[in-house]
Amino acid sequence: MNSLGSIRRSFAPWTDPSAKPYIEFRNVTKRFGDFTAVNDLSLSIYEREFFALLGASGCGKSTLLRMLAGFEEPTSGSILLDGQDLRGIPPYRRPVNMMFQSYALFPHMTVEQNIAFGLKQDGMAKVEIEQRVAEMLKLVKLSQFAKRKPHQLSGGQRQRVALARAVAKRPKVLLLDEPLGALDKKLREETQFELMDLQQKLGLTFVVVTHDQEEAMTMADRIAILDKGEVMQVATPAEVYEAPGSRFVAGFVGTVNIFEGKVSAREGVAATIMTDGGVIRSENASDATVGSDVAFAIRPEKIKVSSKEPAPGIDNAMQGEVYDIAYLGDMTVYHVKLPSGQVVRASALNAARVTEDPLTWDDTAWISFRPDAGVILTR
Amino acid sequence: MQRAIAALTSRLVIVVPYLWLLAFFLVPFIIVFKISLSTTAIAMPPYEPVMTLSNGIGAFFAQFRDLHFDNYAWLGGDPLYMRAYLSSVVIAAISTFLALLIGFPVAYGMARAPATLRPTLLMLVILPFWTSFLIRVYAWIGILKPEGLLNQFLLFTGIIDTPLVILNTHTAIFIGIVYSYLPFMILPLYASLEKMDYSLIEAANDLGCPPISAFWKITFPLALPGVIAGCLLVFIPAVGEFVIPDLLGGSQTLMIGKTLWNEFFANRDWPVASAVAIILLLLLVVPIMFFQQAQARAQEQGK
Repeated sequence: MNSLGSIRRSFAPWTDPSAKPYIEFRNVTKRFGDFTAVNDLSLSIYEREFFALLGASGCGKSTLLRMLAGFEEPTSGSILLDGQDLRGIPPYRRPVNMMFQSYALFPHMTVEQNIAFGLKQDGMAKVEIEQRVAEMLKLVKLSQFAKRKPHQLSGGQRQRVALARAVAKRPKVLLLDEPLGALDKKLREETQFELMDLQQKLGLTFVVVTHDQEEAMTMADRIAILDKGEVMQVATPAEVYEAPGSRFVAGFVGTVNIFEGKVSAREGVAATIMTDGGVIRSENASDATVGSDVAFAIRPEKIKVSSKEPAPGIDNAMQGEVYDIAYLGDMTVYHVKLPSGQVVRASALNAARVTEDPLTWDDTAWISFRPDAGVILTR
Repeated sequence: MQRAIAALTSRLVIVVPYLWLLAFFLVPFIIVFKISLSTTAIAMPPYEPVMTLSNGIGAFFAQFRDLHFDNYAWLGGDPLYMRAYLSSVVIAAISTFLALLIGFPVAYGMARAPATLRPTLLMLVILPFWTSFLIRVYAWIGILKPEGLLNQFLLFTGIIDTPLVILNTHTAIFIGIVYSYLPFMILPLYASLEKMDYSLIEAANDLGCPPISAFWKITFPLALPGVIAGCLLVFIPAVGEFVIPDLLGGSQTLMIGKTLWNEFFANRDWPVASAVAIILLLLLVVPIMFFQQAQARAQEQGK
């Protein structure tokens, strides 16, 4: 079976038509005065899924999370958790817990007291609370910091206390609002994997809000890309990257080259597109009809750059001039200017230390790509 | 050299507040304390000995032998003073509690108001200071007296048949003190509530804590430095308050501020009046020290 990207998934309840969604947004709309934060949005999230809501600020992703937690009620539509309509249930009675972007640790309580707070609310026995707190501290590797106050901890430690506090009650769903936003890059990368590990261990459903596409790609089983309160696409990270559903998604996730053009011919899944840069043949034509305006989208790493003209018969080859070069160590990014004026980005992995075919500024260069390397977007 | 000058300058800057305290607190305190150890006399000034250096150093020190603690013994011997102190503290404590009860919701509402509205609300709290304190207290006489605005309004609306007697009672004193000192309660409360992160309340709710319980477990403990500051800022001046009990309280009210005034101006007994003042000061130093300790602790917590 062909798989997009390099990952084959064993956990994919969304492909199973008989699977019951765990969390369901049904035609949810949320307005604040004149501003519509969420517009007629429907979304299904499955049990034990690591689900990411990805979008720029103001796209409504945080509002979705706050509605799930109970801090906001939808203006219309309904939200179901495990088959139960959540409308009217206050935050303190919902079986979900949230990890706040600011962490919202209680400054007058120790780490231990913070983690025990929710358990005490449930009226859990004292011995049991102590046990659970110790277990949580161990889970986030903070056992020796139990008696500290939040202001005596580093940013990364605070993040872990917030996490421990949120999972201590074993909620049905854990909501994470920009969980790694306040951490520096290196710590963020480490923590991403810790979070994934934790989710596996606890078997909880995670819904994470983020504006960082890399974070969403790394951690999530599926990503919902939001724009202006609407879902643009819900798919696995590989699908989002390799088969974006629209120009917006293609541009939002990763870098992309877009060739605008018209479909001139179709045969099976293949199509020929006339663009300003030249004729492009693509084998991922989707629902494009002959004569329609479409965009051909291709990722930089799927374009080959060479100083020599490719052998005749290669489908997609264009001549241009090296406009800019960025050497990043692990790879080199070439900006090639086509005669049409369009600048194409192409990246080459620096697999060898010495390049046989060195290109420099203003050199004539050829770009080429396989017919199945890009996708045709009709939206 | 330059560094030495810089170090000296920074020392000098610290010296300024100490000089201020020395000149305007310690020296007057010592003068009052000395008067409290003197004997009343029909003279100018009305006590003796009057410390003077004009008869030489030896004579100056000889005068110390005339100082005595009789005035303090006198205060202790007359239950009137004890009752005045006690009643002052009780009235101040009740007023402080009432001010907290009213001030907290006001401060909370202000802190939760839209950020654009907050400066206006703050202005409204401070606005009464622009009118003379004395005039504002006088105005309450017009409101509270039997034929005053309040009674007229209540009679007009038919809530009462006979005018309420409020003026010249303890109730009037409570109203006066709470009204006058409410801003001093609201401002520190507002300061501590305003900087509180509202997501803490949401986090508490999220963890299963209903709003009322969240108030006592999160909001109140975090506002405690503000509560303490506000209570002391109301309590301390209220204990020694003279104008409000004098104007609103009537003759039967016993407060130490009034007693002090009587000793000074009616009896012209400066030494006893000074002793009353010194005791009052000591009575207030305890809460001030408590206040400072609480502040130091809050600062230590890094908040």
